[in-house]
Amino acid sequence: MGMSNVGSKSFLDNLGKIYGMYTGGFIVFVILLGIAEAYFGMSPKAIGYTYMGITIGLYAMIGIASRTAKISEYYVAGRSVPAIFNGMATGSDWMSAASFIGMAGTIFGLGYDGLAYIMGWTGGYVLLAVFLGPYLRKFGQYTIPDFLGARYGGNAARSIGILAAITASFTYLIAQVTGVGIIMSRFLNLDFGVGVFVGLAGILVCSMLGGMKAVTWTQVAQYIILIVAYLIPPTVMSYKATGNPISEIAYGQVLQKIDAKEKAINADTKEIEVMALWKAQADKLDADIKGLPASLDGKKADLNAKLAAAATPAEKEAAEKALKALPATPEAAKEAWGAAKTAALGKSKPIKPYIQPFARLDAKNMLALTFCLMVGTAGLPHILMRYYTVPSVKEARTSVGWSLFFIFLLYFTAPAVAAFARNEVLNSVIGLPISQLPAWMANWGKVGLVAFKDINADGFLQFYELTIAPDAIVLAMPEIAGLPYVISGLVAAGGLAAALSTADGLLLTISNALSHDLYYKMIDPKASITRRLTLSRALLVVVALISAYVATFKLTIIVELVAWAFSIAAASFFPALVMGIWDKRANKTGALVGMWVGFLSCLIYMIGSRFYGLDIWGIKTISSGLFGIPLGFLTIYVVSRMTTPPSKEMQDFVESVRIPKGASQAHAE
Amino acid sequence: MAKELQGLDKDKLKQYWAVNVRLTAIIMGIWFVVTYVCAFFAPQLNQIVILGFPMGYYMGAQGSLIIFVVLIFWYAARMNKADKEFGVEEEE
Repeated sequence: MGMSNVGSKSFLDNLGKIYGMYTGGFIVFVILLGIAEAYFGMSPKAIGYTYMGITIGLYAMIGIASRTAKISEYYVAGRSVPAIFNGMATGSDWMSAASFIGMAGTIFGLGYDGLAYIMGWTGGYVLLAVFLGPYLRKFGQYTIPDFLGARYGGNAARSIGILAAITASFTYLIAQVTGVGIIMSRFLNLDFGVGVFVGLAGILVCSMLGGMKAVTWTQVAQYIILIVAYLIPPTVMSYKATGNPISEIAYGQVLQKIDAKEKAINADTKEIEVMALWKAQADKLDADIKGLPASLDGKKADLNAKLAAAATPAEKEAAEKALKALPATPEAAKEAWGAAKTAALGKSKPIKPYIQPFARLDAKNMLALTFCLMVGTAGLPHILMRYYTVPSVKEARTSVGWSLFFIFLLYFTAPAVAAFARNEVLNSVIGLPISQLPAWMANWGKVGLVAFKDINADGFLQFYELTIAPDAIVLAMPEIAGLPYVISGLVAAGGLAAALSTADGLLLTISNALSHDLYYKMIDPKASITRRLTLSRALLVVVALISAYVATFKLTIIVELVAWAFSIAAASFFPALVMGIWDKRANKTGALVGMWVGFLSCLIYMIGSRFYGLDIWGIKTISSGLFGIPLGFLTIYVVSRMTTPPSKEMQDFVESVRIPKGASQAHAE
Repeated sequence: MAKELQGLDKDKLKQYWAVNVRLTAIIMGIWFVVTYVCAFFAPQLNQIVILGFPMGYYMGAQGSLIIFVVLIFWYAARMNKADKEFGVEEEE
């Protein structure tokens, strides 16, 4: 199929055929692995290594075959990506490890309120389609800071663009690299650090030689693997549970079963007994917190006495371990015990119905979160720049539709996955004797994603005796559905594809911001093409290494920072981009002040509410953009009207961005 | 940069932009209703159950998403047509 000609005319003319063959080939490969497992006893470890080897090898081949020395191919894939394929590439660019592995688990835990993520991360594409996508394609440069620089005249606006693009993309990148490390270490039994660097090699080989061109065609391949991997387990599970293989339709009846079982659990005397035990635990923790620092000293003294009196090595080890686990200072104790108390209190109350709106987040916060995620989606530079790669404005418009369609396939299945998993747990696991729990619980217990303890010592599992980490839902789904290991391996390969494809896009955004916007546009506008490309490739390696290094620390704050990145992108980028197209009167001063106001007001609320108890209308930290976004718009509007209007030339520029005519001229370079 | 504006009728450009603004407003209206209005009234909508789905839950999990996809394709088709009507389509 001429892999050496990726991007050539014959390649572009036969895209459907090429990726059709690729999909068919991949499915045959999965079936062969399945046969090897069933009839030849292929081990899970061998299956894991085969999946990782074959898929990363495939991505690397595409990456190498897409090598290029042309600027327009390196930065925007030669603007030759048809709408539907750009849609697939955007889909995998967008869907990260968090979407693939975490989303269904979030809904499993949050019920209706978790749908804020589903609506937020899809509804943002409507904003992108009508406010930005087609116009950015008409503008037709290489990066998002390019647009800010051109529209708001000069390096000041471009600099803020660079800063915001790097801040948002880098935190997001670390989360992806961490995701790669987790999947690698879990399925290949590699050390986390080794897993990160193996994954990194996979990321680099895809982006370094061919830039956007290589990333685009790899992302299409990655989309196909991730969507196949995501859809198979719920389809089987749905067929087994309801006789209907279309899980997205069948889970309606499952929702009813969940609701009925939750009511039954809330009325069960054994369950009520467990809730009461949690209440006692919470009260005890409360007393301990109030008794600080004496209570901590008391515990320390008790354990030291136990250690001194220990007769066997096992007793001694247990006492040492408990001593180590004790918080070091009264402040640390207050925080740790406070969190434990909140968790215990949550388990001391009847289950809030899964389908009931606003049971876990209040209405205000659920709507605010949806809004921030939507606007953030439309403001993320690694997504926006994908619309530079299509051939025309017309295709840019359609391409946003295809993007959302391909994302929709996963996002409308995620609530079904969550519902089937919850139904399985409630109706087949809760109430079982502890000695007869299914094997998947023990398997995932070993890696710490599932935990259970017979608190009331009745020999049976009650609802609040079981804890399931959100990540376990998708990863354990094949086992819960009783599927062979070959499907578990497939799901891991899908998760890896999701993390790698997003990491590729982010890495490119960061290195482009540095090599194109900072170096070429601001420092050395006379730099040769070779120099620019070499610099960009070198930066890819440097940024990748830094992100891997940071990821090996496994900072827990990263997950939180990713959520912050959305609000920051939403408050700093989105207003300036939209006003640049929709408000001819918006000028440089307005945009600069507006971007800073949006960025800072968002940041102040984040830090204030997270660490210093700042609280406006009870809005949570994760929705900080709720204030920054409107303030950003308002500031640009007002400040622009208080200062000199943009030149006639600039107004003509805005006028020209608004019509598709002439888009192919921007094509020329 | 703005040479594509030359030879274009100012009034036609205005009309084209007005069509775009109106369409955008309609789409944002629908977008607002299916997400925020439906979510706000989700407790009431949940009283209606179809195929086991409480409607409030369904709108958040599926209904709104389907409408989003349709909205974007509709916007693309309508604007691609408007480009030709007002003579501002790009050269092939």
